[in-house]
This record gives sequence, structure tokens and C-alpha cells, in this order.
Amino acid sequence: MNGTLKRVAVACMVMFGLLLLNVNYLQAVKAEEYREDNRNFRRFFQRYENQRGRIIAGNEVIAESVDTKGDIRFERRYRNGRLYAHVIGFFAPESERGIEAAQNKLLDGTSADLVVRRAVDLLTNKPTRGADIELTIDPRAQRAAYESLRRAGRKGAVVALDPQTGAIKAMVSLPTYDPNELAVPNKGKVAQAYNKLDADKDQPLLNRAIETTYAPGSTYKVVTTAALLSEDDTVGPQTTVDAPQVLDLPGTSVGLPNYAGAACGSGRVTLQFALEKSCNTPFAKIGMELGYEKMKEQAARFGIGEPLQIPLNVAPSSIGKKEDDAALAMASIGQRSVQMTPLQMAMVAAAVANDGTVMKPYLVDKVVSPDGDTLEETEPDELSEAMSPDAARKLRQMMVSVVAQGTATAAQIPGVTVGGKTGTAETSDNAPPHAWFIGFAPAENPKVAVCVFVQSGAAGDRATGGGTAAPVAREVMQAVLRR
Amino acid sequence: MPPKRRGAQLFMLALAVGIIMAAYASVGIGMDGQVPAGMLTYGLGLGVLMLIAYLVLAKFAPWADPLILPLVTLVNGIGLVMIYRIEQAPWRTGASATQQITWTAVGIVMFTVTLVVLRDHRLLQRFTYTAGALGVVLLILPLLPFIGREINGARIWINVGFSVQPGEFAKLALVVFFAGYLVAKRDVLALVGRRLLFIDLPRARDLGPILVIWGISVGILVLQKDLGTSLLLFGGFISMLYIATGRTAWVLIGLTLFVGGAFLAGQIFSHVGHRFEVWLNPESNEFYERAAGGSYQLMEGLFGLGSGGILGTGLGQGHPYRIPLAFSDFIFPATGEELGLTGLMALLMCYALIVERGLRTALAARDPFSKLLAGGLSFILAWQVFIIVGGVTNLIPLTGLVTPFMSQGGSALLANWILIALLVRMSDAARRPPPQAIQDEGLTQVMQR
Repeated sequence: MNGTLKRVAVACMVMFGLLLLNVNYLQAVKAEEYREDNRNFRRFFQRYENQRGRIIAGNEVIAESVDTKGDIRFERRYRNGRLYAHVIGFFAPESERGIEAAQNKLLDGTSADLVVRRAVDLLTNKPTRGADIELTIDPRAQRAAYESLRRAGRKGAVVALDPQTGAIKAMVSLPTYDPNELAVPNKGKVAQAYNKLDADKDQPLLNRAIETTYAPGSTYKVVTTAALLSEDDTVGPQTTVDAPQVLDLPGTSVGLPNYAGAACGSGRVTLQFALEKSCNTPFAKIGMELGYEKMKEQAARFGIGEPLQIPLNVAPSSIGKKEDDAALAMASIGQRSVQMTPLQMAMVAAAVANDGTVMKPYLVDKVVSPDGDTLEETEPDELSEAMSPDAARKLRQMMVSVVAQGTATAAQIPGVTVGGKTGTAETSDNAPPHAWFIGFAPAENPKVAVCVFVQSGAAGDRATGGGTAAPVAREVMQAVLRR
Repeated sequence: MPPKRRGAQLFMLALAVGIIMAAYASVGIGMDGQVPAGMLTYGLGLGVLMLIAYLVLAKFAPWADPLILPLVTLVNGIGLVMIYRIEQAPWRTGASATQQITWTAVGIVMFTVTLVVLRDHRLLQRFTYTAGALGVVLLILPLLPFIGREINGARIWINVGFSVQPGEFAKLALVVFFAGYLVAKRDVLALVGRRLLFIDLPRARDLGPILVIWGISVGILVLQKDLGTSLLLFGGFISMLYIATGRTAWVLIGLTLFVGGAFLAGQIFSHVGHRFEVWLNPESNEFYERAAGGSYQLMEGLFGLGSGGILGTGLGQGHPYRIPLAFSDFIFPATGEELGLTGLMALLMCYALIVERGLRTALAARDPFSKLLAGGLSFILAWQVFIIVGGVTNLIPLTGLVTPFMSQGGSALLANWILIALLVRMSDAARRPPPQAIQDEGLTQVMQR
């Protein structure tokens, strides 16, 4: 029987050989494919294996990963999630948003900057931790912006900047959501929560401060004024301009009236008066006289049209394509084709405050390694020169009088010189207007520039920049100035 | 005269116990960063058991193959560690290391008892037909009302206070029966018959037993929905028939019959048909998402194997417990995720070596019954590993079987430890030097006078 036994032994050898070949095929050749397969839940767990870095604003830890010791190791938790939702975003099972997305590689520790750290961790058998991200957000300003905007209306955005550096002190968008709901490590629950938010007609997921643009209304007159000041340096606050009750628009049968059809002084007023009262006709006329190219050039010098990463992506603002003079007249008062993000309007205010220099806005102050070393620190960076320091000074003076005795008295802070400009932007036919305010304080040495935007309908049919938006701006500026 | 190599065996046993303890510690460190509390207790327990087994073996089977016991211990231990690891999952998986440790201890005791009680395995030849009848009865037991139980879709359990899989013991009884029967009939089977074309056809009455076994196998397949055991038994019988008669025709006829039966079963029973579909295209989403008879479990295993890669995630650091039945049918891919290709190859080599030592015993055995029994037991072990490991790695269609010595389950452990005891017993007989011829001149002188 030895002959047949030997053949059976060969058969056994062949069987084991096949098994060995097969596991080699599976674990060496096909391994990658199986690892990367979407249905392989291990990809999902991988996201929770390493402790992500924290996100910090001021002294507050607003996002951190908590060790559950469970199957899903580190769960992401957001403190005051609704307050910071649009800034930090969320770390969902299959995606991420906001700072969580923009700084993902640093937060999860896979960034090349952390490669040495990771190697050390591997050798010392310590679990890898991601870097902490310190934001420029000032929690007091953020909370003030959130609370006062909520009082003013359910929808809108607030952006506060340090005009000298571009650091974003507050960025709020309403309505908001709780990022914790989208960060639970359960795809089904997250999909359900996300779909609910996504279907909400109030668009809570939308970051109104940077992700979409709106007609800025009269706040845009600051840009138009800047264009005039840049064009002719003899022009000043006391220069007189035409201010008819109704401006004839060339090529149309309709005229452009002032707000509520009111007269603007005697029909010939100072530039300062026109800005204080926010008359439409003088600025529409100035825009038409300067022409599209000059208006566009001035806009570009404020950074309008420039794609920005702060490091979140900012939707580009725009004054629209070249059309006829009637369209240009409307554009010069922030209507028609002019579309701005609240961040962009805050940058306009900041440029005026900062002697005409536009600083690049940014949200991340520092990146700190798990053992406390600063890996990156954002250096303030100049984006552009919007106007000469002289023109900026004149514009500042005019904006101060807008707050002192014009449409924006609600933005006054006792003991502080505040400059600003209101906007009440018409939207589509018969819809309530957007209420805007841009401003800065203190005028002599500006520490904060702010833009408040209250969306159409959120504050009732009679919303105005002065009545609705300016008080919000005041509270935010006070919070930054600690007053 | 071969060396006994008892010292080498003791060293290898100690090595196996050491590896198991290290693996156990590794699970704890991988999961909680510390050595599990029970490491020394369990380690010492296992060590003492192995020492007893070693001493019994040295006393009652001193010539036995030195490799078999350490290899089996190692595989059994790795299985234990994996079951412990799967039990540590964040949710209940059904894995129970305590139960398995108990059964392992009972298994090792059964091993020693078998060695002590069965001093000469040829005794078993006397019980050929008793063993056959016992095997059939054991196979039929789960079908009986009241005591039979259907678990996970297969009716292979009986409940007698606790659950037993009688099929595991039937396997042993039937191999004993085959060996005895074939030794008696092999000449007739091998020589008598007619030649048709290229195949030597057996006589109808000699064909009978094959048909009976085939019938039983198909019966198990149909009535118990257990494709694995059916395939195992039939393959075991065909191989022993071949060892005994050396006639390839039997193998061909057997294969044709079985493939035909399986094909028909696939047509008739959806659960068998699904196995084939899934085997050919496991990655298809349609099968992956199918609730029953789909490829979900198989793919989870393959995903785990892929994630483990060449070196594995490390014990305690993968997610093997996510595979349904990771502690029983799918313990092999579960191990592959954490120990990687390297670990699986080592494991397969252990199995291959056990089989090789068994077949070597068969070659060295001095009588046909021993040859057939050792060859049959070795082949059936290899065949079982091939069916289950091939199944869970999608080399062949998936059938439910336990992975010998690794999967959780008392019946299988006990039966397999007895199987190993039989192999060890036979290796002792095979390697024992023949009785010395009388050479003393003086005594011869006395006889002559």
C-alpha cells in the first residue's frame, strides 16, 4: 500500500500547496484591493484609530477626540457646537467639513510635518496623536456675534476681523446646527441627520459668511466712494456732489430714486452728507461717471474677485459683467449684479480702517504638535492696497460721521469712535430687504472691523441696516474691545 | 533503530506553550496596553496539562513521533488565543475562551486516556462493523426528534444536557470501519471486475458499499443541510478505497458520483446553489447584500485578510470579531487579519507537518490495517483543513466545517484529540524496533538439547 499512500501524500501536499498559494494571493496580491474596498468597514474604523488633534479658540477647547476604549476608539466631540459649527465644521464617518477638512492632515497626524513625530511614536509604541489647531477666533466676540445676531433675526452672518492682521475674530452664520449630530460614528445616523439638515429650507449647513454672496446694498457705497477718492485726490468729505431726488437712468424710462423716494438735502450735498444719509443718486452718478473699468479696478483692489482660502474656501465676490450705464448706476449702490460675501464686506471695512491696506484674512493662528511645539504660525500677510492712506483717512472720517450723526447711530459705543456704513439691500421684487452693516472701531487705532448681514425676511419686512444690523455690530465690536 | 527523541519533544512542547503564552500576552497588550491578568494561571495550567500528556506518552508510547503532540498543542493554543481575542470584542460574539479552555483540557485528558487504555490499536480491527454501525447511528442522531437541534441552518447537533455534534465522532468511527472493511475486502475489490474502455469496473456487489456511503453522504447533505460533513466523509472514503486498492477508477467513479450529487443538490436546494454562485463571484454587490446565502461573511473574511496583509495588524489590533462566526467556521481568516500572511503560512505548515507525520506513520506501519487507519486519519485531517480553509478563502465553495483544533466547540476538539492519540499510538507501534531475534548462543544450545 506504500505506493498509493505516497500518492495520497502527494495529494495532501498539493492541497496544502494550493491553500498556501491562495493565502499568498489574497494577502499579498489582492490585499490592497480588499483594504480599499468601500464595503470594508475597517476603512471606517481607521478614521477613529488615531487621536485627532484638538481645535482651540482662545482658551477654549472646542473640538476634541475622546477615547471611548471601544470598537470605535476616538469619538469627536464638539463643545458649543452650534456656536462654532460653521468655522470648525465636523468630522463625519466618511467626510469632513470646515477646519476639520481644511486641516485634516495635521489634525489626524498624517501630514508630512508630523512624520518624525509619527516615527518616534511607532518606535515607542505610543498611539499617534494629531496636531492641535489654534484658531484666531475670540470666543467672547464669537458668542456676542452669535447671541446678538440670533436676537436680530434667524438668518444671517457676522464676520469680525482684526484689520491690522486679517485675523478673523468671529465668524457666525445662522441658522446653525449641532456638529455633534454629524460626527457620531454611525453612517446611518449621520446620513439621516445630514439629509434632514440638507432638506431644511433655511439651509443651516450653509456658511453664509463665506460660502455664498448677497447684494450688499448701500454698504457698497464705501467702495464707490473709495473709487472716487482714488480717482481724484482733491476730493474730500466736504466736496459737493449732485444728489437729485430721482436720477435719470440712461436708456430706460425709469429713474433711480433714493431710499423710500426721499429727497437728499437740497439736491447738491457734501459727499459726507450723502454717505451719512445713504442717498442713492450721488453714488449712482459717481459710478456712472467713473465708468465700469474704474469701478471694477477699485473692487479688485479690495480683493473682490480674488479666490481666498482662510483656509476654508471663500466664494468669490463680484461686481458682475459690464452692462449698460443704468446697470452700472445700480451696481454703484450695491444692487443689481454686485454680489458680496459678508467676509468680503468685512475686508472692505478693515481696509478703510487699516490705512487702505487689505490684510489676508485667516482663521488658523497656530498649529501645535502634541508635545506643545509650534509647528506653524500664521504670519499676517498683505493681500492688496485698496487705496492710499490719505484716501483711507478721508473715508474713515466720513464713516465715523455716519455713525455719529447718520444712519448708523445704533452702532455707537460710549467712549469709542466708531466708523460704519449701513446697507438695506433690495432683493427680488417685493421680498423684504437684507440688512447690512460694516464698520470698525476705534477709528483712531482700529482693532476690529466687522460686517453684519441679516438675510431678507429674517428680521421682518422693515429691516434696515441701521436698525437691524448696526446694533449687532456694536455688540461684537464691544466684545472684541472688551467694553 | 530510530531515536526516541523524547527530549526534543519536551523542548518543542515547552516552546509551543511559550508561544501560546506570548500570543496571549500580546492580545492584552494590543488591546489594553497590559498583560492579561490570567496569563500565568492559564499558561501554567496548559503547561501542567502538557507535562502530564508528555509523561503519559513517554510511559505508554515511548517510541511515538515526537513532533505530533507539540504541533497540535501549538495549533490548539493559537485557536484558544484567537477565541479569547474575539471574546474581548466590544459586543457579544458568542466566543467563549473559558469554555474552549475547559474543552481543551478535556481533549488533552482524552488524549492521555486513549493512550493508556488503547495499548494496541489493532484491537480496533475487531470492532469493524460495530464501528460502522456506531458511525451511522451517530450521523443519524441529529435527525431524531427531541434531541436533534438545528443551529445556523444545519441539523448536526443533539442536545443531551449540553450540545454535542455527533458527526465529529462518527467521522472517527467510520474511518475505523473503512479501514477494517477495506483490509478485508481489498483484494476482491482490487482484482475482480470487468474492463470497460479504460476503466476497470468493479462488480456490482463490490460496488455496493461505495453506493451505501454515497447514499449516506447525500442523505446528510439533503437531510442535515451539511455539505461540509458530506464532502468530508465521501472524500475520506474514496481516498481510503484508493489507498487499499490502488485503483484510480474508484476515485474517478467516486468523484463523478459526488460532483453529480452536489450538482443535483445545487439545482434542487437553493442553499447549496447559493454557495456555488457566491464562490464564483463573491465580490458582486448583489450577493454581498443578499441576506441569506450571500457572500457577506465570506467577504468580511477576505476584507480582514486584505487588511491584515503580509504581517497582520498584530493581535488585539484588528477587527476580526466583525466577521460573523469568527470564533468557529471563520477562525482562519480572523487569525489571518491579526497574524497576517506570515501567521497563516506558519499555521498551514503546522497542519501540513501533522499530516505529514501521520502519513509517515502509515508508511512505516507494519500491517495493512494500521496503514489504512493511519493513512485515512491523516488524509481526513488534511482534507478537512482543505475544505474549510479553502472555503473561507474562496478557493473552493464554502461549506460549514470546523477548523481542526482551532474552531470553538467541544465535540470537534475531543474527537480530534482522540484522532491524534490514535496517530500517536500507531506511530509508537511503527517506530518501535521489532522484537529482537534470540541470539544468545547458550539458550540456543539448551533448545537443541
